[in-house]
Amino acid sequence: MMLAQQETNLPPTISIKNLSIDYKAKRGQVQAVRNISFEVDRGEAMALIGESGSGKTTIGLGVVGLLPPTAKIRQGEIIYRRAADGKIVDEIDVLKLNPQQIRQFRWKECAMVFQGALNAFNPVLRISDQFADTASAHNALRGMALKERATEILHMVRLDADRVWRSYPHELSGGMRQRVLIALSLLLEPQLIIMDEPTTALDVLTQRNIMDVLKDLRKNLNFSLIFISHDLSLAAELADKVSTVYAGKIVELGDVYTVFRNPYHPYTIGLIHAVPTLAGRKEDLTSIPGSPPDLINMPTGCKFHPRCPLADDQCKTQEPDLEEIGKGHRVACWKWQTARETLKRFKAS
Amino acid sequence: MTSPLLELNHVSRTFMVKKQQIKAVDDVSFSLGTGEVLCLVGESGCGKTTTGKIIAGLLSPSSGKIFFKGNDISTLSKDQHNAYRLGVQMIHQDPYASLNPTQTIFEILATPLRYHKLVKTDKECRDRVLSLLELVDLTPPDDFVEKYPHQLSGGQRQRVSIARSLTVNPSFLVADEAVSMVDVSIRISLLRTLSHLKDELGLSVLFITHDLALAKYFAWDGRIGVMYLGRMVELSPAPFLVDHPQHPYTQVLLSAIPEADPDITRKKQSLQLRSMDVPSLLRLPSGCSFHPRCPRFAGQLCQEQIPSLTSFYDGSAVACHLVMDDRKKDVIKA
Repeated sequence: MMLAQQETNLPPTISIKNLSIDYKAKRGQVQAVRNISFEVDRGEAMALIGESGSGKTTIGLGVVGLLPPTAKIRQGEIIYRRAADGKIVDEIDVLKLNPQQIRQFRWKECAMVFQGALNAFNPVLRISDQFADTASAHNALRGMALKERATEILHMVRLDADRVWRSYPHELSGGMRQRVLIALSLLLEPQLIIMDEPTTALDVLTQRNIMDVLKDLRKNLNFSLIFISHDLSLAAELADKVSTVYAGKIVELGDVYTVFRNPYHPYTIGLIHAVPTLAGRKEDLTSIPGSPPDLINMPTGCKFHPRCPLADDQCKTQEPDLEEIGKGHRVACWKWQTARETLKRFKAS
Repeated sequence: MTSPLLELNHVSRTFMVKKQQIKAVDDVSFSLGTGEVLCLVGESGCGKTTTGKIIAGLLSPSSGKIFFKGNDISTLSKDQHNAYRLGVQMIHQDPYASLNPTQTIFEILATPLRYHKLVKTDKECRDRVLSLLELVDLTPPDDFVEKYPHQLSGGQRQRVSIARSLTVNPSFLVADEAVSMVDVSIRISLLRTLSHLKDELGLSVLFITHDLALAKYFAWDGRIGVMYLGRMVELSPAPFLVDHPQHPYTQVLLSAIPEADPDITRKKQSLQLRSMDVPSLLRLPSGCSFHPRCPRFAGQLCQEQIPSLTSFYDGSAVACHLVMDDRKKDVIKA
């Protein structure tokens, strides 16, 4: 299962193109995802960061076909590619799958780990039965083979497999449940895993444990990862690439080091400076003025302009597209070239 | 020396769980002067919220004494007790649950003012409400008075919640995870408002959080107290505690926190615990309750004797046998 050298030349595991998703609400259309495009390469981890209501989770739900009935995919394309033995063996257009096919696709090709692990389990089934359920839905492993595979992956997430196997969800701690869920997502060896806030609501030490588990898994298994988080530090530690999402749109995308060291979008810059760090000084922090936009009644032009100190008439009327400004670094801002400098001057004055 | 605004003296609180006593807060002592900040940090179940509730008068201690403005609160007369309850106000974690959805912002803020007869006329009441909104940076206040909570964002609601706590002119605020439900981008401005109010009104603040980086920022000139299984294990000036943690638990905690900077966070060495299991409060380990997990565990002494919080000359205080042994000379003798 090592990441083979030849695999790095393969096309991405998932390519999302011009995806837009709306929700129907009483007041009107909620534009949760607006024209988003990105790719995740083999074995790569992409972090989607942004505030609540920015559309991160909707992207994830769209990929695994679990959007609620009120949601409507207005446009776009999601292409998933399964690789084996160094070549692409299957290419799936996810949005064209029928309900039966998407049920097979989900978990076998792409698994999603949800926030709040307690709600993701059936409370009256033992962990062993939850594994068996998943396996039988896909006509996969059963009996001893299932138990062997489960024991193997439960070990990988540093759990005592014998104890966990016979337990009910409520008998496990929050951190253990989250790790069982991660193990369950690995059961059918999917090539893409989506994690939605995998460590939110967990204590510091439990969170550390899960992050270490994830790092191990990524080293030992070859899967692509999309993880959704509002926590910048998690992205800084685990991701290869980072996308900043604001008002349903990716406003900056790039390699994790590039984005954190040299952010160009005023929102990314603001976000990085708004999070207190242990090493930081008090003066380093600045807040972003205003509050996140109303997704039904969106501002005109660049959706960040009401909160952006750099905004001018162009920003108020025209929305900038994501443009490539460096190798793999894309930014959607009219002022990207001068943003960091100007913001620094604002702060100093 | 004037007496501190609030003093906790060996305060403990037990609860009955499954017909067994558990100690949620165990022998906690500290004092807080006027205008001072103390951040309580720790993992869930460490007793930080219980401590906050005891201070706010929502729970009574099972043992130990609390002094407010020099008076033992268990001996106060009814009037004095009311004055104490008004003097210590609480800001809750969830601004979606703590505001009455059927009342306008005006009603939410006017009710305590009228009930406690802090205003005489309607005009005075309205003026006070408007000035309170201005105080918490909800400007212009006229835009907010007639709104209902659901028309406000999370950050704005939390500001209303702060304004409500200020209606009765308290001298002490207990803020329990007051910014953890609010979006990252507006946390700092909310904390700034709180800090600003503290300076302007001379409030003392007990700030309860699980986020050490946030605690360091908010309590920059104050102190941080780290709790573990009901006991205070370290209590030091804020930046000092984060830069020079002494108790093994604080060290482990700090080493485990990821930083929002890939260069720093990927080089960080995390300290390994001897066990990942958090002991149940029903079966607390003997001696130092951290000993089964402690990376510096040193045998018998740790297993048998509970270390007490010992103050050192540099202003820090630590409850650990090993630290005490390392720093014998610096101990302030009681």
